[in-house]
Amino acid sequence: MPEVEDKEEASAIEKMQSSGVSRRKLMSMAGGSVALGAFLAACGGDDDNSSTSSSGSTGSNGSSSSPMGEDNSTAMFGEGDLGILNYALTLEYLETAFYADVIKSGLFKGSDLEAIKLFGSQEADHVVALTDAVKGAGGKPAPKPKTEFPLNNAQQVLKLASTVENLGAAAYLGQAPRIKSPEVLAAALSIHSVEARHAAALNTLLGKTIVPDGPFAKPAEAGMVLNAVQPFIV
Amino acid sequence: MTELKTATDQMVHPELASIEIDGQERSDFLMKGALAAGAIFGLGAISPFVRNAVAASDQGDIEILNYALTLEFLESAFYKEGLKRAGASGALKELITTISTDEDAHVAALTQTIKDLGGKPVKAPKVKFEYADTAAFTALAQTLEDTGVSAYNGVAPEIKSKDVLAAAGSIVQVEARHAAAIRLQNGDSPSPDAFDPTLSQEEVLKAVQPFLVK
Repeated sequence: MPEVEDKEEASAIEKMQSSGVSRRKLMSMAGGSVALGAFLAACGGDDDNSSTSSSGSTGSNGSSSSPMGEDNSTAMFGEGDLGILNYALTLEYLETAFYADVIKSGLFKGSDLEAIKLFGSQEADHVVALTDAVKGAGGKPAPKPKTEFPLNNAQQVLKLASTVENLGAAAYLGQAPRIKSPEVLAAALSIHSVEARHAAALNTLLGKTIVPDGPFAKPAEAGMVLNAVQPFIV
Repeated sequence: MTELKTATDQMVHPELASIEIDGQERSDFLMKGALAAGAIFGLGAISPFVRNAVAASDQGDIEILNYALTLEFLESAFYKEGLKRAGASGALKELITTISTDEDAHVAALTQTIKDLGGKPVKAPKVKFEYADTAAFTALAQTLEDTGVSAYNGVAPEIKSKDVLAAAGSIVQVEARHAAAIRLQNGDSPSPDAFDPTLSQEEVLKAVQPFLVK
């Protein structure tokens, strides 16, 4: 689970949560797949149903009893590999928007700013590639979400960036074994390791360990990831 | 609790058939405990499950794991030696220590996984690394880590078992983290490409050939 270490970030997230951001809103953006209506019905429609486990970033010890169904499901984004691609696309949209906002904020300069620009441009490339992949597979790309990120000071923003990138890497790792097509898997892995590079670079800037999970990175389930990014979708 | 029901003649280690495993779907099992346990990746506990999936084409996965193990042996030896003679200090030394610990853990886990799958792990190859100073060491480290990422990413789509794939993914992510950190130490971009390139096994083995002593 990404930990909110910064008080300012915590209160900003609370502010956004109280402004009515809900999982329903996130779902309603998820490309309008036929499964979506059934999914919402099964969930009872809102995020107060979410029973995401709180036992760290891995583990789905409630998955079989969750009213949302399988906690690693990407069905709300589409079937099979298409759903996974659109889930990834949604995350990449979030990251791209985040970095764009950070650049605009003027909070960074010098080499830190260069790193942020680099990561932002690479996330934007991921958006393009994933969009093409979805279209190539005959699917409808997930829409770009409207986002808002707390940007209070450089340190808080770096922490948020680190959280997002580490989460992104874990998200890709969580999906890899679910991917059916070798081509989609190859694409996902080529992005997964880049998110890991971003995460490690940001952790280095923050003086944190480059391997928060130790020698073996932990996967994160879609349900947990989506709950974690929900506060930033408006 | 569901008792595992598998024809023992399909098992390489039939004594494992007596292990009772909660009636869980493999994906749940994988996500829950095996990875969080960390050390040996938990594959020992789910060997009987893996054995069934592997029956179809275990040789392929075992060969891939041995390929990965060879690379990890190389890295492990490189960093172990580097801690002794690369002349690193401060933050760089801390980083090398972290990486060294990780690579050792990868060697142990891959070795154990291969054994659990009924395969024979390759032995540590004889190696030779030449670097005159710390900068040359870290330059070489960058090459090794980037090559490792490309190697894992290149071979991963050939992996048959989802569990083995998850293990490879878990390791490659760490190699990518190493690569980024080493690159920063070298004053290089932590992430040179938006999409990490892949290398074939032939290309990788050619790249590491200089370090293998015949």
